Amino acid sequence: MNNLIKGEKYDWEMVIGLEIHAQVKSNSKLFSSSSTKFGSSPNSQVSLVDAAMPGMLPVINKYCVEQAVKTGVGLNAKINNYSVFDRKNYFYADLPQGYQISQYKYPIVGEGKVTIDFKDGTSKDIRIVRLHLEQDAGKSLHDQNPSKTYVDLNRSGVALMEIVSEPDIRTPDEAGMYISKIRSILMYLDTCDGNMQEGSLRADVNISVRKPGDEYGTRCEIKNLNSIKFIKQAINYEAKRQIEILESGGSIEQNTMLFNTSTGKTRPMRNKEEAHDYRYFPDPDLLPLEISKEEIGKIKLSIPELPDELKNKFIETYKLSNYDASVLTAEKQTSDYFNETINSDPELKNHAKIVVNWITSELFSLLNKNNQDLNNSPVSPENLGQLIKLISTNEISGKIAKDVLEDMFSSGKTARQIVDEKGLQQVTDQGEIAKVIDEVIAENPKMVEQYLAGKDKLLGFFVGQAMKLSKGKANPKMLNDILKQKLNKKN
Amino acid sequence: MKIDKNTINKIARLSRIKLDDKESEDYIKDLNSILDWVEQLNEVNTENVEPLSNISSSILPKREDVSKDNNSSEEILENAPDKLEGFFAVPKVVE
Repeated sequence: MNNLIKGEKYDWEMVIGLEIHAQVKSNSKLFSSSSTKFGSSPNSQVSLVDAAMPGMLPVINKYCVEQAVKTGVGLNAKINNYSVFDRKNYFYADLPQGYQISQYKYPIVGEGKVTIDFKDGTSKDIRIVRLHLEQDAGKSLHDQNPSKTYVDLNRSGVALMEIVSEPDIRTPDEAGMYISKIRSILMYLDTCDGNMQEGSLRADVNISVRKPGDEYGTRCEIKNLNSIKFIKQAINYEAKRQIEILESGGSIEQNTMLFNTSTGKTRPMRNKEEAHDYRYFPDPDLLPLEISKEEIGKIKLSIPELPDELKNKFIETYKLSNYDASVLTAEKQTSDYFNETINSDPELKNHAKIVVNWITSELFSLLNKNNQDLNNSPVSPENLGQLIKLISTNEISGKIAKDVLEDMFSSGKTARQIVDEKGLQQVTDQGEIAKVIDEVIAENPKMVEQYLAGKDKLLGFFVGQAMKLSKGKANPKMLNDILKQKLNKKN
Repeated sequence: MKIDKNTINKIARLSRIKLDDKESEDYIKDLNSILDWVEQLNEVNTENVEPLSNISSSILPKREDVSKDNNSSEEILENAPDKLEGFFAVPKVVE
């Protein structure tokens, strides 16, 4: 696969690494018992610890530690029995402590990897450097008042898992697939709700460009991107910017960039004269975090089937392609829906590919069109299963089934009800189909002549006419066969 | 290691502390004498010795994941010099 992008003078390769911040799905914060609920009134979920009142001490949330370990296992990573919390010092209005409690030298999770699957059936491993636990900061609103920034500390102290990748990513698409895969794993594990809009999952992107085979170039970091679309846009823009500089003889300055979502452009953050100096040191308020092998073992037992295992199971059990299986398992709700559908009737196991198609193309496009989610799909897995059974037993044609599905979607009726009410059963009676064909042949003598004279393409015309006359209900294969027979008899 | 004027200015800026010339001089002297004193430790051979992170044998206490309703906004904002509709209002820090 060619991943190079063309500049004016040379071909360039992007080198990309991601730092993903995933909010731990917990009731209370990492070091205080304030609620983590999203969207509450400002500063209503702030304890004296979160507000950094003098003398307050942090006490770690056991559940958040377990979720980090769980996620580490899901990322095929090494879990560290010993990790340390450090203070990362900087001043900002939404950081009351003046430091963020994070992990620097000894993170809770070490090296791991995830696999991304391409449409052409190939796949690629992206290596993970580490995962560590840290506190989130508060939220600043800059656009409400010309001279003031408003600060809400509700998010201050919520547990984050920062997942750092190696610079193994080479294209914006791979970056998108990587974060989708991480999101999928987090959601199967139920350790993060994966909601990018609410900021529960966001990423910093490190990117540089180089000529193929060269050493890594100087990188820039684009901060705080909260959608896959923005991640791809920002990477494309930033790579182009760097290439233009390099091709005109300049050099890249290592910088932290902001991405403007309305212009699609990146720009450097302003106060760079104060290059960050975080002065990390171990937090004297917190003892090192030690997790025994037994505890890790116990957490491992609680881990559900993950997308890759499920994918392999689907490939093996139902003979699906790698790509089909990876689409099905990308989101837990999709694989759950597939499982429920295929298990709703023993017959369906032999038609897995049809089940996949009806879920991922027909049902998905209806849901999309109506702005709905598979979770609250008006068509239940059982009902979809029933519809597919009607197709597989030739009771209705695939074409009619599409209309039936739309009807099911809007009316909430079952496939059976709709087919019976509207009399949509496929006609498989030889005599009945022959009757329709006779009629079409009788009505179009000229066409018949032309067909017999060698204009084979006209067969499609006869099929269309006959199908129309049968109101789409004739079994297509039988219709074809009988039609050919009859026409050739005329010869 | 020696603390000079530049270092003291940098530390002061990172700590958001304003120092006049006299104060800078004093701090340079104080910090240097502290560093000299600590540097005596360099005389000890610490090769192959793991850094000691804690002298007690206690383990990190953990809490259960139970959230408590704080309904904190009034109390939390009590000391704020400026506020609006439940938010802290601070001088604009936007990039």
